[in-house]
Amino acid sequence: MTDMPGTIEAEKSRDIRKRWLLSLPALLIILLASTGPLLIVLVYSFLTPGPYGDVQWLPSLEGWIGVVMEKDIFDGTFSLADAHVSIFMRSVMLSLATTVLTLLVGFPTAYFIATRPEKTRELWLFLITIPFWTNLLIRTFAILEIIRNEGLINGLMLKFGLISKPVQMLFTDGAILTGMVYVYLPLMVLPLYASMEKLDFRLVEAAYDLYATPFRVLRKIIFPLVKPGVIAGSILVFIPALGAYVTPSILGGGKNMMLGNLIELQFGQGRNWPLGAALSITLMLIVMAALLVYVRNAGSQGSRHG
Amino acid sequence: MKRMTGILAVTAALLASTGLARAEGELNIYNWGNYTSPEMIKKFEDQYKVKVTITDYDSNDTALAKVRQGGSGFDMVVPSQNYIPIWISEGLFLETDPGKMGNFSHVAKEWQNPEFDPGRKYTVPWAMGIVGVVVNTDVYKGDINTWGIVFDTPDELKGKVNVVPEMTDVIDAAVLYNGGKKCTGDLAILKKVRDTLVKAKPNWVAMEYGTIQKMGSGDFAASSDWNGSAFRQRLANPAIKFGYPKEGYVNWSDNLAVLRDAKNVENAKLFQNFMMDPANAGMNSGFHRYANGIAGSGEFMPADMKGAPEIDIPAEFASVGVPSQTCPPEVQELYTKIWTELQK
Repeated sequence: MTDMPGTIEAEKSRDIRKRWLLSLPALLIILLASTGPLLIVLVYSFLTPGPYGDVQWLPSLEGWIGVVMEKDIFDGTFSLADAHVSIFMRSVMLSLATTVLTLLVGFPTAYFIATRPEKTRELWLFLITIPFWTNLLIRTFAILEIIRNEGLINGLMLKFGLISKPVQMLFTDGAILTGMVYVYLPLMVLPLYASMEKLDFRLVEAAYDLYATPFRVLRKIIFPLVKPGVIAGSILVFIPALGAYVTPSILGGGKNMMLGNLIELQFGQGRNWPLGAALSITLMLIVMAALLVYVRNAGSQGSRHG
Repeated sequence: MKRMTGILAVTAALLASTGLARAEGELNIYNWGNYTSPEMIKKFEDQYKVKVTITDYDSNDTALAKVRQGGSGFDMVVPSQNYIPIWISEGLFLETDPGKMGNFSHVAKEWQNPEFDPGRKYTVPWAMGIVGVVVNTDVYKGDINTWGIVFDTPDELKGKVNVVPEMTDVIDAAVLYNGGKKCTGDLAILKKVRDTLVKAKPNWVAMEYGTIQKMGSGDFAASSDWNGSAFRQRLANPAIKFGYPKEGYVNWSDNLAVLRDAKNVENAKLFQNFMMDPANAGMNSGFHRYANGIAGSGEFMPADMKGAPEIDIPAEFASVGVPSQTCPPEVQELYTKIWTELQK
């Protein structure tokens, strides 16, 4: 009663200390490698741009003001930064469209896989993950080769006499969307599959027994049960799509900027690092807002089932 | 506890290994992509028993930003002349005095004492060229020696024109097209420039760098482009011709310098001297297809470069070239705003 608990406690605290010390290197790396750079970005957003890139250590709010307001270079009036707003809206709309399309394509795909016999499911999943083995750039260039004027599709259509001259598919909005959906589809299918795999298909049978139409079964039974997967997939697609600029540049021809291009411009030829830093943080705040919506949704979902 | 110390030590070693000094007999060059003759590098390696590593960058700003942070590990860099005063003023170059090196006498007279590096205290010529236009003359038969190809696109080329997205090059071209001076801060001219660009853009199909491949494949029928790139395109398709814009065009050069924090200074100096040898400069031109500013290098270039219309500037257009130079920060800011508005 006097000795034993003390030793156990000492043992326990030693154990805890050991664990902390053991995880210290990992924690340090996480701290230095993830939080550190973000802090630098945050600090830079409040400084003055240097004459040829870099920053001067003079505090300034210009970067943040520049995110939303702009001074017209010709008449000197201040107004809403209309260029930034339209670039921002383009990125958001593209991400939304990509999310909706990947959901439309990914949902039946995941359903198909989940309803296969258990043995073949792994094979289907494996096929879905194959594109991940290749670099994003290579996948995007592969699409470019298929849809370009002298590419596979135009070549085949010309050969079979369906068209007399190549159809311009590359450098269009359709090309951007095709590329985005292709690149992000696995990120939608995998979480969808994860929740569909757990779906109790006896409920679906029961609904059919009660004369529900297929659409009603989908809407009232399947969809509510796999909703967490839908939300997780949508978030996984929406967030990286928001910052995407490689795919839109290559397939869209780079005539119109995405948020990513706008940020890159500030750190490169624009030589306005504070504005670039402020824009990056704005993008992060949007992503965080999207995540919050997810967490709240997922939370309410959990409590209902729990 | 012993194991713990071990883990910490391994971690520390991992962190430190990235900063280890490089061994002797090496040279690390930081250069534009697709710009260095592998054959010439092999020659240098064999001659001096030095292992050369080349790392690519895609823009002057990328190179400047990376080296400026320190610890890049590179020995040499090849910035454009308009950036060189920035590199010098920030103390990023080592004063190697190429003007006193053995092969300096081979440098062409007009490049011996350039404004951007008086007396050649830091840099050696690498390549020089022009920003103009390329046109597939099978598609368009009219006059190609004008920026009008890009800014007032003829009907045959509408929807087939590309513009290489170098902000300063594009806006300077529009400035020259509107009768202004390069790096102008004149708002009346810049307003015209903005209107010209905004009006021209619907006729463009893309704003991309990959002109060599896409002009060849027919995805583009015309583009703003560099003359060396135009040369390579003509070799693939003789109908592709380079146009010297009569409204004025920018002459640029890229120059090889040694970095102040270089670890292989002696090898880097050897390489600077090596590059001024006509035989080596000629070999390099045979790869990147630009002129190189070294007198007598012509005879070491491939036969197809002699009298090439992209390299020998026709007399009638020689006078309208203006040298590339650094725009002041306030002009750069105006350019950036116009550029953002153009691509919004």
